[in-house]
Amino acid sequence: MNTLASVMITPEGATLNGKKISSQSVSGLYREFAGDYPKFFKMDSLCKLGFIAAELLLKNMSEEGKENAAIILFNRNGSLITDRNYQKTISDNNYFPSPALFVYTLANIVTGEIAIRHKIYGESSFYVLSGKDEDTMDDIVRNTFMTSDPSFILTGWVDYDSEEDYLADLKLVTK
Amino acid sequence: MEREMGSIVITKIADNIISPLGLGTRDNFNAVLAGKTGIRNHIGSFGLPEPFCASLLNRDEITHIACNMIEEVGKYTFFEKLCILSAKDAIDKCGILAHGQDVLFVLSTTKGNVEYLTESQNNSCCYLAESAKKIANYFGNTNTPVVVSNACVSGVCAQIAAVRELLGGRYSCVVVIGCDVLSKFIISGFQSFKALSPENCRPYDKNRLGLNLGEAAGTIILKSEKTEKENFWYYAAGSIHNDANHISGPSRTGEGSYRVLKDILRKVDVNEIGFVNAHGTATAYNDEMESIAIHRAGLDEICVNGLKGYYGHTLGAAGIIETILSMQAIDNGVVLGTKGFETSGTSFNLNISNKTRETSKNTFVKILSGFGGSNAGISYRKGGKK
Repeated sequence: MNTLASVMITPEGATLNGKKISSQSVSGLYREFAGDYPKFFKMDSLCKLGFIAAELLLKNMSEEGKENAAIILFNRNGSLITDRNYQKTISDNNYFPSPALFVYTLANIVTGEIAIRHKIYGESSFYVLSGKDEDTMDDIVRNTFMTSDPSFILTGWVDYDSEEDYLADLKLVTK
Repeated sequence: MEREMGSIVITKIADNIISPLGLGTRDNFNAVLAGKTGIRNHIGSFGLPEPFCASLLNRDEITHIACNMIEEVGKYTFFEKLCILSAKDAIDKCGILAHGQDVLFVLSTTKGNVEYLTESQNNSCCYLAESAKKIANYFGNTNTPVVVSNACVSGVCAQIAAVRELLGGRYSCVVVIGCDVLSKFIISGFQSFKALSPENCRPYDKNRLGLNLGEAAGTIILKSEKTEKENFWYYAAGSIHNDANHISGPSRTGEGSYRVLKDILRKVDVNEIGFVNAHGTATAYNDEMESIAIHRAGLDEICVNGLKGYYGHTLGAAGIIETILSMQAIDNGVVLGTKGFETSGTSFNLNISNKTRETSKNTFVKILSGFGGSNAGISYRKGGKK
């Protein structure tokens, strides 16, 4: 597999292709590198993190390659942060379930947000693993190339624990 | 594709369904054939302020069975017990050594143990991969299990993930388990979306009012083989596409689902397809979208059916149990009826019936669509039967 580009985002900032490009938080990165997508503010923290990582990776990609690209993401927490927030809205004495929050209680929504933004009609898959196991992740991506023919795959780890603890470690790969 | 590569075929060697309609594949198939449904009206269940219609398991019955069948049963949640019982039945039937290094467990679920979020803010059982590990470890398997969490399409994606692992060659056998149990969390969410029908659902019908949720567990065991055998089921094609349109509403043009069907038709002869087992949740948007996708793919003449009228939408289990029931149907030469359907209520008239129909075909296509704009499809073909 060939890596076309890679990005890493942590609370300390963002690194693109090994070079530090910003010390901003996720919202700061949005203002610095996107800024034109109001839907960003409706997203939960996992989606915001995945969205801005994808933004940095796909900014300079041609539109034609994107249509048949695939998105394959992994993490440990699933959507647990938003699950907890939603849970708070359905307690017996304060029962106001919100559809806008409920939809983000699925980890794969981040793949959908990226697909919508970049008009990616290829595969979108989300896998939950017990840890950031590079061998398993590479194995899944390699096997995906064996059975389908995406122009490239946007893949990697995107996990959000708290404001102090999150990681997007994504890359674009070709066969 | 694997046939073109000339090396490996992927075959189904065992399966199981546990649902309100029965404990085991055979019981479930017979119940569906007899037109039974697990969907009932529930008032006050899970502490929900509003009543709802759903197909719920008898927890006392399942827990009782689990106590007799599962060692150290106290270690496992209800969700995990169900997964173990389902996988155990399938594993026992085919006699594989589930602890083997060449065996992988794949779990398809949307919310796993989410019902325990109420008890503790940091309950480790809410991590889907921890739950999957416990299940695999029960069978002595120490390979890192894979959890496929693609909302409603997870059950088909998990089978595709299994096929890929088998073609990749690292494993020779994959146990694919699909399961979701209902809770205040899940039902309140679907209620807030106004997606639930106040009565038994009516897939593709003009009077459909929404979906019913359901509980079930299903297991399919897939194995790589060198040659095909008569009367065994073989993976024929699989595909996953995003609508790139909306996170909680299906595409108006059925884009992702259409692309899935088009991919499958590149590898499967349309003349061999007995039926398309569609998602058919009975929401206005889903069924309409599927009619457009099926029409665009040129499959208007092919029999279409949906099984949500028997089970409700069983989330992570849906793709697994509906695949198994589709295999059973072809084994018995039938296309199962779409319970709840009376009069077509979609833009394109699909070839749907609420009655059981006959088929002599050897192939079916199973499709699903869900939140996140995801769509997935898989096709299986029965070896030797023409």
